[in-house]
Amino acid sequence: MARNRYSILSLVRNALSHHENWQAAWRSPEPRPSYDVVIVGGGGHGLAAAYYLAKEHGIRNVAVLEKGWIGGGNTGRNTTIVRSNYLWDEAAQLYEKSMKLWEGLSRELNYNVMFSQRGVYNLAHSLQDVRDVRRRVSANRLNGIDSEWVPVGELQRQIPYLNCSREARYPVLGASLQRRAGTARHDAVAWGYARAADARGVDIIQNCEVTGIRREGGRVLGVETTRGLIRAAKVGVVAAGHCGVLAAMAGLRLPVQSHPLQALVSEPLKPILDTVVMSNAVHGYLSQSDKGELVIGAGIDSYLGYGQRGSFHVIEGTLQAIKELFPIFSRVRMLRQWGGIVDVCPDACPIISKTPLQGLYFNCGWGTGGFKATPGSGWVFAHTLARDEPHELNAAFSLERFVTGHLIDEHGAAAVAH
Amino acid sequence: MLQIPCPWCGPRDETEFSYGGEAHILRPPDPAAVSDQEWADYLYLRDNPKGRCREQWCHSHGCRRWFNVERDTVSYRISAVYRQGDEPPGGGNDAA
Repeated sequence: MARNRYSILSLVRNALSHHENWQAAWRSPEPRPSYDVVIVGGGGHGLAAAYYLAKEHGIRNVAVLEKGWIGGGNTGRNTTIVRSNYLWDEAAQLYEKSMKLWEGLSRELNYNVMFSQRGVYNLAHSLQDVRDVRRRVSANRLNGIDSEWVPVGELQRQIPYLNCSREARYPVLGASLQRRAGTARHDAVAWGYARAADARGVDIIQNCEVTGIRREGGRVLGVETTRGLIRAAKVGVVAAGHCGVLAAMAGLRLPVQSHPLQALVSEPLKPILDTVVMSNAVHGYLSQSDKGELVIGAGIDSYLGYGQRGSFHVIEGTLQAIKELFPIFSRVRMLRQWGGIVDVCPDACPIISKTPLQGLYFNCGWGTGGFKATPGSGWVFAHTLARDEPHELNAAFSLERFVTGHLIDEHGAAAVAH
Repeated sequence: MLQIPCPWCGPRDETEFSYGGEAHILRPPDPAAVSDQEWADYLYLRDNPKGRCREQWCHSHGCRRWFNVERDTVSYRISAVYRQGDEPPGGGNDAA
């Protein structure tokens, strides 16, 4: 079961055999008839939860069920941005937990997740924007999260190609900057967690779709899958856009709506943008990948949708914003465009919670911003599954908040429109 | 982009419309009489179907009237358009 450690020596050794003898990064076992914990959804969040269940809580009799393949869902479809500059205390602390885990992740997993703390700028385009952004900068600093206000003159020096002209339709007046924020290689995060979880005994079962949730007398017994019934004392659902479908299998309704969210990349360019720029007001965000592509995120389509595609006018609007911010990119050609299905909550915050059904847990509602939270989400969900109660970091992110009214309203507050 | 047949103006581009979410959700007639859970159900809990859904659209940049649409959330094909207050075609909507 022990996997070979990756190191410079293993690289040399495998180079000598023409890279034909690399060991598979994780096993592909047949599902066993029963597990202590079954996690539904083999994205980054689900794999991280399995890894921390094994590592932090000693629960190794765990399966992760993935209907497709590892890295094929939203984990491989996002724009790879990692930041923790959220406004409200509960959200800020959850995302900052994640940020701290990111900072040691490649070493911990023995897998290069290419975490690059290149900074994230959130632009302000109006006086009200300036007030909101400066308020958020102050709130972040009170929560111990690095955040600073960059006036427009300094901003122009730091990002030379950004259009800071007063003649712009929505002139840039300044920005917040989180220097510890940045990007990571998105699918490597899933692969790294999969490999590390597998090394601790977790079964990762791909091409295994959950078709029903078996329950009896108010508690869960297991899941029905395309590969047969798998019994489990606890079932954790981490299925992003499909969490509503799984909730319906358990007779539950969630305050979550699934929408297509689009992203696109350009043809590769030589290095030109060494940071991440986001704008809430004109709605676009942009970074440059190590391959040289501009990575661009658009908004969600307004309507409910499960087709992994979106309407053209949404990316047209985003590219207009990008072109306004960076006129130098006006003739760059776009290479690929795709959509993922995101699960949006009314307050743009996740649900990491027990449910009325004993033994059934949901980690969903991350909406458009889940990638950055991958390590922390898995860490608190593992705690919730293992102890049957939330960690203090996710106690506020319960299903009950929609009844009590204690919403954590990050819509519009969280540095970018959701 | 969707092409949505407005019952008054005919087929128009999606950009002329705004989305109103799930149809057939009724505001409790006496909000003070319902429990917190029932109020939360009304405010926040929604079906999130993969398949047939019934939803509200408003022709904001046209006749500015609301109507209901029955649409598949995977193929995005619109199977029926009907006025608000009407029974959905084929029935089967518990919330109506």
